[in-house]
Amino acid sequence: MRYSAFSIVKNALSGNLKWKPQWRQAEPKSHYDVIIVGGGGHGLATAYYLAKEFGVKNVAVLEKGYLGSGNVGRNTTIVRSNYMLPGNEPFYEFSMKLWEGLERELNYNVMLSQRGVIMLYHSDGQRDAYIRRGNAMWMEGVAAELIERDQLKKMIPFLNYDHARYPILGGLLQRRAGTARHDAVAWGYARGADRHGVDIIEHCEVTAIRRENGVVTGVETTKGFIGCGKLALAAAGNTSRVGEMADLKLPIESHVLQAFVTEGLKPCIDHVIVYGGGHFYISQSDKGGLVFGGEIDGYTSYAQRGNLATAEHVMEEGVTMIPGLSRVRVLRSWAGVMDMSMDGSPIIDRTPIDNLYLNCGWCYGGFKATPASGYCFAHLIAKNDTHPVARFLRLDRFARGYAVDEAGAGPQPNLH
Amino acid sequence: MASLITCPHCGVRPKEEFTIRGDASLVRPAPTASDETWHDYVYVRANPRGRTLEHWQHAGGCRRFLVVERDTFTHEVYSVTDGAAFARENGK
Repeated sequence: MRYSAFSIVKNALSGNLKWKPQWRQAEPKSHYDVIIVGGGGHGLATAYYLAKEFGVKNVAVLEKGYLGSGNVGRNTTIVRSNYMLPGNEPFYEFSMKLWEGLERELNYNVMLSQRGVIMLYHSDGQRDAYIRRGNAMWMEGVAAELIERDQLKKMIPFLNYDHARYPILGGLLQRRAGTARHDAVAWGYARGADRHGVDIIEHCEVTAIRRENGVVTGVETTKGFIGCGKLALAAAGNTSRVGEMADLKLPIESHVLQAFVTEGLKPCIDHVIVYGGGHFYISQSDKGGLVFGGEIDGYTSYAQRGNLATAEHVMEEGVTMIPGLSRVRVLRSWAGVMDMSMDGSPIIDRTPIDNLYLNCGWCYGGFKATPASGYCFAHLIAKNDTHPVARFLRLDRFARGYAVDEAGAGPQPNLH
Repeated sequence: MASLITCPHCGVRPKEEFTIRGDASLVRPAPTASDETWHDYVYVRANPRGRTLEHWQHAGGCRRFLVVERDTFTHEVYSVTDGAAFARENGK
């Protein structure tokens, strides 16, 4: 069913009883051309673009839980392309452009809101670093603006400009960046993939990868054996465990990142604000809650829950930046398990096994990448060739000495 | 819970006093080892869901390096050993 103003009126007049499910509850067939492990944003986007752009119709997405139960529903919904390195900026800008056309593409309201992302700076050195980043963005054709302190005070009057240690001197603004409704992104891609014939199989956990003569022939699952021509892994958070089933050695650690939402308030924060003094970011959801997060908990974890001490630290940073935040009550907190790669950048690549493909290592930046990740991964699977904007995101880049180290922190996952 | 770590020198202390330095099960290769061995040591991680060994430094206390054996899913801490003692026991 195509959604339109007409379909809304028609369904309203029939008591909203005739809406159809957005995707079929598929049961596994015995064989698929491509099986995607992981029904998160990236897995669903990959399935969608495989079927729609690259004409691969016989595709299944296997999800161990239900759609949206992983990181796609456990993030702070920010989309942006304000990166510096040539291995990152064209990729994330490709993603940003896909975001801008996504609602029309999917016929689905993902509530993209280009409210602007501003990264604050607190010292002359940090200002120079942000100018450099802004220039790097301009070189890829992406608009960035340096906002000086006086101008920023008019835009965002409620920040603590005179903090003793981290006075706010200004910020780098990308106006096209913003937020999108994360659940809607998963549902929209699922519905789109389903319409193009993809089988989405929920509650189907992969327990082993079967190989014969050095190639993957299928997967053992909780719903039995399913054969495949190509197998694509997009199991963020559990990549090491799924990779182990095919003896992959990966530069990945699983870490947990928390996020928080407050009680609903009237509109007060107009942008996504990133606090450069620590690691804190905040925006206001369309429902009114302030959504914010900070650093990862610091130690490897597979638990989808965080540590209270880190929660306290995030609150402290938030109140440092916005003193008024101390008067607001936090309603909920949650945590997602992420692949932290050794240089803080993702991996979209073939593996040493010819028909096994890998999409992992998104650290805490996976949501904004969803469309481009899906598109580039589908390109790789369908054509066996890397998409130009993902050419730096190789699995063997560490061995070759081409790490994409945006933070400049070296091979230490909890520093990215 | 990994909120509290029992330092063998200082007793039960909050996690904030510690700096985490990652996987302690890795053995530093010889300087003459192959590129592949060094690559695996620096970049590749077993990343188990379950028991793991990690280096934690008690930076806000005795400043000793410790080896913490911990479950990455339940966050239960099984043992905390002084780093030097751990190295002697394991012949590193």
